[in-house]
Amino acid sequence: MNLNLLILLPLLTAIAIMFCNGLKQVRLAALLGSGLQLLLSFWLLYSFYQERAAGNSTQMLFDANYTWFTALNINYHIGIDGIALAMIILTSMVVISAVLVSWTMESMNKEFFFLLIFLSMGAYGFFISLDLFTMFFFLEVAVIPKFLLIGIWGSGKKEYSAMKLALMLMGGSALVFVGLSGMYFNSNIDGAHSFDLVQLASFRIPVDAQMIFFPFAFVGFGIFTALFPFHTWVPDGHSSAPTAASMFLAGISMKLGGYGCLRVATYLMPDAAHAYSGIIILLSTIAIIYGAFATMMQTDLKYINAYSSISHCGFVILGIGMLTETSITGAVMQMVSHGLMTALFFAAIGMIYSRTHTRIVAQLGGLMKVMPFISGVFIIAGLCSLGLPGFSGFVAEMTVFMGAWQNTDAMYRLATILACASIVVTAVYILRAAGKAVMGPITDDHYKHLPDATWNEKLAAGILISGIVVIGIVPFWLTSLITPGAQEIILQTGQALMLK
Amino acid sequence: MNIYSYIALIPLLPLATFLLLGLFGKKYFSSISGILGTFTLAVSAFISLAVAYSYFFVNGKVDGVFQQIIPLKYTWLTFSPNVSIDMGIVIDPLSVMMLVVVTFVSLMVHIFSLGYMKGEERFATYYAFLSLFTFSMLGLVLSTNIFQIYMFWELVGVSSFLLIGFYFEKPSAVAAAKKAFIVTRFADLGFLIGILILSFHAETLDFQTLISRLTDTQSTQLMGITTASFMGVSMLTWGLTLVFMGGAGKSAMFPLHIWLPDAMEGPTPVSALIHAATMVVAGVYLVARLFPVFVFDAAALTIVTYVGAFSALFAAIIACTQTDIKRVLAYSTMSQIGYMMFALGVSGKGGEEGLGYMASLFHLFTHAFFKSLLFLGAGAVIHLVHSNDMKDMGGLRKHMPITHITFLIACLAIAGIPPFAGFFSKEEILTAAFHSNKLIYVLAVFTSGLTAFYMFRLYFSIFWNKEAHLHGEHHGEGTLSMKIPLIILGACALLAGFVPIADWVTSDGIALETHIDIVFSILPVALAIGGILLALSFYKTENSKSDKIASSLNGFYQAAYHKFYIDEIYLFVTRKIIFNLIGRPAAWIDKNIVDGLMNKMASGTAVISEKIKGFQSGKTQEYALYFFLGIISLSALFIYIIK
Amino acid sequence: MNEINITDILLVSTALFFVGVYGFFTRRNMITMLMSVELILNSVNINFVAFNKYLFPQNLDGIFFTIFIITIAAAEAAVAIAIIINMYRSHHSVDVEDATDLKY
Repeated sequence: MNLNLLILLPLLTAIAIMFCNGLKQVRLAALLGSGLQLLLSFWLLYSFYQERAAGNSTQMLFDANYTWFTALNINYHIGIDGIALAMIILTSMVVISAVLVSWTMESMNKEFFFLLIFLSMGAYGFFISLDLFTMFFFLEVAVIPKFLLIGIWGSGKKEYSAMKLALMLMGGSALVFVGLSGMYFNSNIDGAHSFDLVQLASFRIPVDAQMIFFPFAFVGFGIFTALFPFHTWVPDGHSSAPTAASMFLAGISMKLGGYGCLRVATYLMPDAAHAYSGIIILLSTIAIIYGAFATMMQTDLKYINAYSSISHCGFVILGIGMLTETSITGAVMQMVSHGLMTALFFAAIGMIYSRTHTRIVAQLGGLMKVMPFISGVFIIAGLCSLGLPGFSGFVAEMTVFMGAWQNTDAMYRLATILACASIVVTAVYILRAAGKAVMGPITDDHYKHLPDATWNEKLAAGILISGIVVIGIVPFWLTSLITPGAQEIILQTGQALMLK
Repeated sequence: MNIYSYIALIPLLPLATFLLLGLFGKKYFSSISGILGTFTLAVSAFISLAVAYSYFFVNGKVDGVFQQIIPLKYTWLTFSPNVSIDMGIVIDPLSVMMLVVVTFVSLMVHIFSLGYMKGEERFATYYAFLSLFTFSMLGLVLSTNIFQIYMFWELVGVSSFLLIGFYFEKPSAVAAAKKAFIVTRFADLGFLIGILILSFHAETLDFQTLISRLTDTQSTQLMGITTASFMGVSMLTWGLTLVFMGGAGKSAMFPLHIWLPDAMEGPTPVSALIHAATMVVAGVYLVARLFPVFVFDAAALTIVTYVGAFSALFAAIIACTQTDIKRVLAYSTMSQIGYMMFALGVSGKGGEEGLGYMASLFHLFTHAFFKSLLFLGAGAVIHLVHSNDMKDMGGLRKHMPITHITFLIACLAIAGIPPFAGFFSKEEILTAAFHSNKLIYVLAVFTSGLTAFYMFRLYFSIFWNKEAHLHGEHHGEGTLSMKIPLIILGACALLAGFVPIADWVTSDGIALETHIDIVFSILPVALAIGGILLALSFYKTENSKSDKIASSLNGFYQAAYHKFYIDEIYLFVTRKIIFNLIGRPAAWIDKNIVDGLMNKMASGTAVISEKIKGFQSGKTQEYALYFFLGIISLSALFIYIIK
Repeated sequence: MNEINITDILLVSTALFFVGVYGFFTRRNMITMLMSVELILNSVNINFVAFNKYLFPQNLDGIFFTIFIITIAAAEAAVAIAIIINMYRSHHSVDVEDATDLKY
């Protein structure tokens, strides 16, 4: 299995899209490309299991290493473990549904689909990179197109939002780069500096350097995943973005940050992770509670989902900050679950918006009557968001809670209880939104003749829902993928504890 | 190969029905969805009865003690090597009894709904939701794992939400559904934290292991949980109290009861199933399931007792003043569950001590029949008069004889008149209370008098009082499918008291000798008859006696009529405190302070650039001047300062 | 023949230089500014020649440099006047204050 395919395929698709003419050809090419991505990611899953079953227990499978820039010892080093694989599958599922919901995108469709597929390349590259420099490279690849996607195809105050998002994410990248350089210049592998993740993990960066550069890397990646107080790009960015970009942004982009916090900051600088865990937990608890309460006051469906994303991504950071095997497994599950669920939510909101031309909750009403499918999707996304058993949100959140509770310190306990309490608030805002928008009497007469979902929308929702339900019902498949990776990370941090 | 191999079918059949009807029902089986749902549930009910027979009479006992059997268990989600969620099925007297109650009542409701919900546009959806509920409830009672119970707990919550909000075009139904879900969710927060505490100290989520570890005085786990304390209270008490909080939410105990009366917005058969017979007793079931651990902790058990007793009395008082018949029944449900709760609270473990435990579950058993009967009867009445209000009813006995008779039976049963079902179970509860706590006993006896009064107030107001004035065409008593469940449940309400629950469902698995003491029974029965006579004199015919009493008790009556303003207090807390003092400031801070800071940074950059852009004036001579000054200062720098 | 003191020569060139600088800064007419620049260049030329004579009489580097500068100054004058003419065509002015389009 050659991981380069994951980069090559989107790249070729993007090039092919440039040679297409008209919406029909473009979207067909995009669908074909993203469909192949989906197949490829599942084939990857299959071969991953084959390798593991064959007894290959190296941490990173499908390893490949090419020299890129000798003078600075930068390599193009790729390989995946279960955590990365889970994120890759998430990406492919979100991308294909994003393509499907943009099926009728008329204006500048070629550029739109090109950027969308190009973004997915960045995401795949980020997840498979084992070299910090190439990882950073792909992180940037996944930022810039979003500026264009929001700025050109967005709605509302799109220029402002696009600029805000791009600037804040660039700020995050800058911090990340400081962190990465710090690690690079403090590493000494056979007398040379290195960006290689595997080598750095076994080298163990000096503790005083960790203490300086951990905050840079963690906060930098944290900005991507809406770490309080750097989350304000989320509501504006999401609400201005076109549906597919919102799905990508919330479903994948925010996960780049979580993955980076875990894989780069925590894994490579475990001592600092322990030292700073109190602060991380404080910030994530604030994000969870405060995000949830702020959501309650929103009136725009997209804002509701954006703020709830802040709250839900708080669970990811909380799980990472708690530093137990269970909580980190939970954090990764939450990333996957939130990615699918929030993409589904945005898809449903997009479908509603394209028909009713409003996203203000107070103006909507009784949609269940006219578009039962879309309303059903909306309610399923809502129920998953509030952590109903049978959907992925439940297993992910409960795993985080169980893992978090293993820390006996009073402050950690308090943080866990507050995080648990947020699920009640989640229920409040989800049910308020659903109760008004989807249920209740029809508020506007012209709603009565609106059509229900078309085949492409049904397919998109179906793909995401099946992901949510499969994780919700057979979570052990996902945990079996994630747990070894989490164990490896905990092993690092565990050693850090012993060294103290 | 025995009957237990088929036991997984009991919950799975309704699940299959749910999926089938939920996904394809509207398109393909709209007309036969009711029959389909009813039929599969009948199979489930039949298997349940077979399991019950096999367990109670054939192979449940070893040496006179009922054993716990776990025919199925799969690891579902592993948290850490010894803490995992296992999906399994537990067979013990408690779960078998619940199995029978749930499938039986659910079957009756399915049959009743065939007539009651006929012609509804979302008929298939209705049956899909009913199946979902039945599946979740069965999963709940069969749980082997405390987290499994939590999962199904949430699922019954959501099916209750969907069913209360079934008429989703009515804003009041949507509001009630939301309220029910959010209040129980709040209670479940306690449950969840309780689980976290118990499982952390017991190092397991499995009921069997958890109970054995926390009841063994030698175990390190028990030592750990009792020595660890928070705010001067041991973690065991915290854990159990929080778990009870979850149970209290689901079982509508004071002060988490506010959702139950509003939940009556749902279709009436749903109220009969979920909000009378099955889901609301989940709290009792939960406490009973963890009873061996509760016995170890007097503080938690005392809380259970007083919450139960207070709720029983509180709800009974409110029930006397309500005029919406479903709300009266809702409060009476709350009151009866209060009985079950305090019966558990006053109980001990083993032998005679365990009378309360047995009595509580006995009452759960009998209550399920007569209360669902009352609701279905009320449903039939509402079906006829198209109103929930007592004032619109009266004199209906001639129009609906079967409903009238069965309703009367149910009222006698709930009032505790021998030989109806309620008499036996209530007698056991009172005996248990008498032997344990006199205060509780006094409250309970008084409440039972009140129960008789408000039930017969309801009965007389519906079936006697003024002459019936039904306008327009009406369809008599309803279809055959509505009458059959009433008759069957009527028979059960009459006879369920003779079911030897005491031989089966006891705190230690050993049959308990019970005897009804005639002398002891005189007081409660006399009070009940007194209550009935009072209701008779007030409500049999139209008169103003009741109004006079009400006006003489003005303040208190008003308070009770307004449900002691608990709703208003909640509304105040949520609207004023949570929304205005937390939500709004949070949103404001986000917009103005956090985001404001980001925007300030951006605009700050702009301001600085505005300030310094004057240097770029476009005037060549100015540039030359800067250049010249630069050279001079640099020369000075290099010549005089850096030598 | 009396040797002229180098300080005198340098005084002249410095005076010439600052006259050029003053002219460059104060005159708004571009032609005058160009002339001022020529003055500055010539002051440099004087310095080159003078230093060549007094420090390295055996070498001709300073002289060569001066010739270079004169050549370049000639070329520069051609370019500058071309610019000024173009400027005049577009702005109808040779005032440097009017040529402030290249700003912020």
